Amino acid sequence: MYNFDFEKPSTIADAVSALGTEDAQALGGGQTLLPTMKQRLASPSKLVSLNGITEMHGICTGDDGALCIGGATTHADVAAGAGAYPGLAGLAAGIGDPAVRARGTIGGSLANNDPSACYPAGALASGATLVTNAREIAADDYFQGMFTTALDEGEILTEVRFPVPEASNYQKFEQPASRFALVGVFVAKYADGVRVAVTGASEEGVFRWTEAEAVLSGTFSADAIAGMAPGSDGMISDLHGTGAYRAHLVGVLTRRAVTAAS
Amino acid sequence: MPKDNGIGASPKRREDVRFLSGTGNYTDDIQVNGQAYVHFLRSDIAHAKINGINLDAASAMPGVIKIFTGADFEGVGGIPCGWQVTDRHGEPMQEPAHPVLAQGKVRYVGDQIAAVVAETLEQARDAAEAIEVDLEELPAVVDMKAALADGATKVHDDLTSNLCYDWGFVEENKPAVDAAFEAAAHVTTLELRNNRLVANPMEPRVAIGDFNRATGDSTLYTTSQNPHVIRLLMGAFVLGIPEHKLRVVAPDVGGGFGTKIFHYAEEAFCTFAAKALNRAVKWTSTRSEAFISDAHGRDHVTKIELALDAENNFTAVRTDTHANMGAYLSTFAPSVPTWLHGTLMAGNYKTPLIYVNVKAVFTNTVPVDAYRGAGRPEATFQLERVVDKAARELGVDPIALRRQNFITEFPYATPVAVEYDTGDYHGTMDALENMADISGFEARRKASEARGMLRGFGVNCYIEACGIAPSNLVGQLGARAGLYESATVRVNATGGLVVMTGSHSHGQGHETSFPQVIAEMIGIDESMVEIVHGDTANTPMGMGTYGSRSIAVGGSAMVRATEKIIAKAKKIAAHLMEAADADIELKDGSFSVAGTDKSVAWGDVTLAAYVPHNYPLEDIEPGLEETAFYDPANFTYPSGAYACEVEVDPETGKVTIEAFNAADDFGNIINPMIVDGQVHGGIGQGIGQALLENASYDENGQLLSASYMDYAMPRASDVPFYGVDHSSQTPCTHNPLGVKGCGEAGAIGSPPAVINAVVDALRSGGHDIHHIDMPVSPSRVWQAMNG
Repeated sequence: MYNFDFEKPSTIADAVSALGTEDAQALGGGQTLLPTMKQRLASPSKLVSLNGITEMHGICTGDDGALCIGGATTHADVAAGAGAYPGLAGLAAGIGDPAVRARGTIGGSLANNDPSACYPAGALASGATLVTNAREIAADDYFQGMFTTALDEGEILTEVRFPVPEASNYQKFEQPASRFALVGVFVAKYADGVRVAVTGASEEGVFRWTEAEAVLSGTFSADAIAGMAPGSDGMISDLHGTGAYRAHLVGVLTRRAVTAAS
Repeated sequence: MPKDNGIGASPKRREDVRFLSGTGNYTDDIQVNGQAYVHFLRSDIAHAKINGINLDAASAMPGVIKIFTGADFEGVGGIPCGWQVTDRHGEPMQEPAHPVLAQGKVRYVGDQIAAVVAETLEQARDAAEAIEVDLEELPAVVDMKAALADGATKVHDDLTSNLCYDWGFVEENKPAVDAAFEAAAHVTTLELRNNRLVANPMEPRVAIGDFNRATGDSTLYTTSQNPHVIRLLMGAFVLGIPEHKLRVVAPDVGGGFGTKIFHYAEEAFCTFAAKALNRAVKWTSTRSEAFISDAHGRDHVTKIELALDAENNFTAVRTDTHANMGAYLSTFAPSVPTWLHGTLMAGNYKTPLIYVNVKAVFTNTVPVDAYRGAGRPEATFQLERVVDKAARELGVDPIALRRQNFITEFPYATPVAVEYDTGDYHGTMDALENMADISGFEARRKASEARGMLRGFGVNCYIEACGIAPSNLVGQLGARAGLYESATVRVNATGGLVVMTGSHSHGQGHETSFPQVIAEMIGIDESMVEIVHGDTANTPMGMGTYGSRSIAVGGSAMVRATEKIIAKAKKIAAHLMEAADADIELKDGSFSVAGTDKSVAWGDVTLAAYVPHNYPLEDIEPGLEETAFYDPANFTYPSGAYACEVEVDPETGKVTIEAFNAADDFGNIINPMIVDGQVHGGIGQGIGQALLENASYDENGQLLSASYMDYAMPRASDVPFYGVDHSSQTPCTHNPLGVKGCGEAGAIGSPPAVINAVVDALRSGGHDIHHIDMPVSPSRVWQAMNG
């Protein structure tokens, strides 16, 4: 690890200001950033911890009924406190292990946008609104490929607003070593249609499986999408599975999620 | 009622108090006054010529004391290999030079190019980034068969090829074996890979070199399973330091699994640099470094054939194996695919004719050496897989086919040079069948199928040769070391005992189990016995711990030394009671004169030995301390039968272990709880190999699974509660305790049961599959099911 400065502001405004330094980086739970720094693969000049910002912690219900989760809220807190949205609470409860869930934050995960992380699938399938210090971004516009988001340099993800679906479920098929999602599928059924978001599978990062959404919006049953799978072009092929295998798993896990949500 | 003291009791492990409370003393816990830190610059290219190294910028970095390269080691010895294999034609193996730091070429990703010694570790790492190395990339040799092709790039330019040796065993039997295959009623053939593994002990390797300018003595603190062997190899072959000027200390060691047997370049470097700089020099491996610098295990590609007669008797076995040595010969690498592998190809069966061919191959990969089981898992896997396949081809019950061919009379001389002293293979199979509820399997399968799952049952046997080894025998086979063990038993004046053993404990629980033996022999509480190990300065020359040898060989040395103690103590007791030596009996810590009510306590006798006021000084010396060296007459041959039951999800290919039962024959058992733990751990590693673990290289020699993000270690949720049984006990006939080694059995015996079960499950789902290579990852199973 290279030397760096450290700040822990207590307000969003101070955090934004602290991030104005060249090569400064926001620190959520550090579950990705700190190991990367230990391996000398990242060398921020300054870490700005968001953990001391009280208003970025916690879960509440908005006037429109959406579940609003502060960007610095840990996975463990979401698992315990998002009972109004059981599919999302279940997703949070399955991330990493207890130590990871005690430190890792929803904002950190969504800002990092690891192609195998769980939260991007939950946010995209929910049509969540990602709130920053500067603006509100729709999930459909936010995820822009592996490790790439709509966030600008120094922009802080302060809150995520999840419309609560009628039914939902997240199915994660774990990569045997990392236990990240080899493929993860989040299905959310809303009054105006079903959204299906897939993580772990695509070289483009999290994506919506629109063919399945169209069918499921008509008939919300696993049988309705029997035999369906997305194409394997553009799917990740690595030690742990080919693109064809991942595409197959997307179909399997979507059916399982629909069954579990029904 | 279970015993609470002595042999057969299961006291809690006394060492766990410090291990579990964070008060152990591991090598990295040792801080030598004024120590500097070394960081090794390792090659990130698998094969390259070193055209130049520019240290100018790096040497000027803050805190840098000195940067060493291969040039600093000219005239210094290379890392030695401890075993020479002679090939089929009577020629010695090809043995390349193995410099401490690379000279001229790098030969694998991880090879050490330079070593930066600095005041702090971060300064050393910073300076390493400033070293300019001009590497000219060469084609990497990764695949073993391609490495042996005509015109293949050579890993070592001065060798004739990448073939280390072409070993035939037993060579003169080959024509008879071939004839048996010609005459066979049925031949079953199987091609398979035994996957390469990374040992991954919880504690990464650490070395601290220290030098005392006043005395000229060097000390090496290191994470080793065998400090005396390191002292001998490094002192004699690398650095030219005689044993009396070199101390090697291996304190608490957090797991070894074989990979901490070997003498590594980092140990030699730290010892060398400490003297050169007159500063202690410390190296602590990172986990990432461990993946590319600890010797790997396994990595065999094998074709095995089994010949049977019309009555399904095994008539011959013939195998052809390519064994990966990696880029250099690690300490015991040549012995693993040969003498620790070929000699086990009879397994539990009375196959009369066996021929084993092994081609050991150099590649641009991390050196490969012994890993828990070392050669015996590779032998067991192929044999038990081909027997299972034969049963399916012949339409006979796999257990019945095994039983029909079991060796039943002992001692039994195999056609592959070893003699099994004892065993009861039907006995362990009976015990297994009782545990595994085979009659209930069909109902369990139907229940799984009702849930859309496939269920399979797999069984296998194993035999292994451990408790290594008779020195004269291994000497004939090419070992450049003896394999005896030693113990000094020191009795203190007030009766407590200290055992200084050449064995080394790095998780095995010797500090608990060894005292149980002495407690039993003398009839005292085991709390009166303390075990000292791991320091060449205060233990007799011993060969360390590996090959499931500690209790069988090290324990036997301790018994022999204790017998000398008891004999001398009886003389003292006889003197004190004015009786004849021959009339003295020792029981429950008290000496008595046969047929009388006269007795003296153990403590009275030990006190007399050190306060010899009333003492037979004309006959015996004062004091009570004895040393014994024990060289075993044979290996020990633990054996067993294992069964695995799996569920396979046909939609995803995911395999779940539903049950695992193990029936082992370890002869007499000192501490049943510790033996259970050894079996549990071994099975866990075997399941890891079968389901999860794989060191995977790409065609350029890059290790793809070089961290826990991609190298899958077994976790608690990957394994079931195990059923274990050691009720079948045929004591070893040639060591004083009647014990057999138990440390490696689980890892040797478990992988074939898992794969046999997976194949059984898939076949029950209508898939015409006879084999899947390990690890049976979900994607690999799905591929197998979907062609």
